[in-house]
Amino acid sequence: MAEPMKIRATLKNNMAEIRVLVAHPMETGQRKDATGAIVPTHFIHSMTVHLNETLVYDGQWSQAISRNPVFALRIKGAKIGDKVVVHWMDNKNDKRNDEITIQA
Amino acid sequence: MNLFRRQFLRLTSVVGALGVTGLSALELVLQAPSALAAVWNKPGFESKGVEEVMKSLGATNAQPSAEIHINAPDIAENGAVVPIEVTSRINNTQSIALIAEKNPFPLAAQVELLNGAEPYFYVRIKMGQTSRIQVLVKADGKFYTAHKEIKITIGGCG
Repeated sequence: MAEPMKIRATLKNNMAEIRVLVAHPMETGQRKDATGAIVPTHFIHSMTVHLNETLVYDGQWSQAISRNPVFALRIKGAKIGDKVVVHWMDNKNDKRNDEITIQA
Repeated sequence: MNLFRRQFLRLTSVVGALGVTGLSALELVLQAPSALAAVWNKPGFESKGVEEVMKSLGATNAQPSAEIHINAPDIAENGAVVPIEVTSRINNTQSIALIAEKNPFPLAAQVELLNGAEPYFYVRIKMGQTSRIQVLVKADGKFYTAHKEIKITIGGCG
């Protein structure tokens, strides 16, 4: 299974800012390796974030998102104790689920 | 065997499986949230031209809007990591799409924000060369657009 994501949630005035660092090569399919062969595409195409059981961020991503992507979103009405669940799936059918509980 | 009995047996085996795996139905759903996620916009992501991308999104009549704020560098040293932050002040923003016009495949991302998510996003993208970034916001079924040019010193695609 892929490397874990680092998820950070900061709560300010009822609004949570969620920042995620994802470990993923996000290959565009344009890069050549040392032998001169094209490295095939390998990228996250679906990135979702749930607050508790509710879908809040439904992302369709492309190979243009940077390697080891960093992304952020803001959720209104989030509170301490809420779970933030981040899930991605890539074009090789690899996937990853990570979650944190909002502390402060 | 009759249909009812077959369905009953299937139901009990599913419930049994849930019991065996120790997962609640909710946790099972959470294990595969991609099942609930939008279907990947293949035509859009594989389009090589901005017009094709706009057509695939249904956004050909997007109206320019000053209510979309793009926070991104004027000059990005490293085209492999260009930070883009978008805030939409348009009411009922449903989704935000990001287009890097001169990229080999211009559509970079398409994100739906729902159920309390703010009309905001931040992501780092690769840009092959100096180009306009176009942001498309969908609100109440209508599309709005804003853009910003970003100069790239070293391209980030290959």
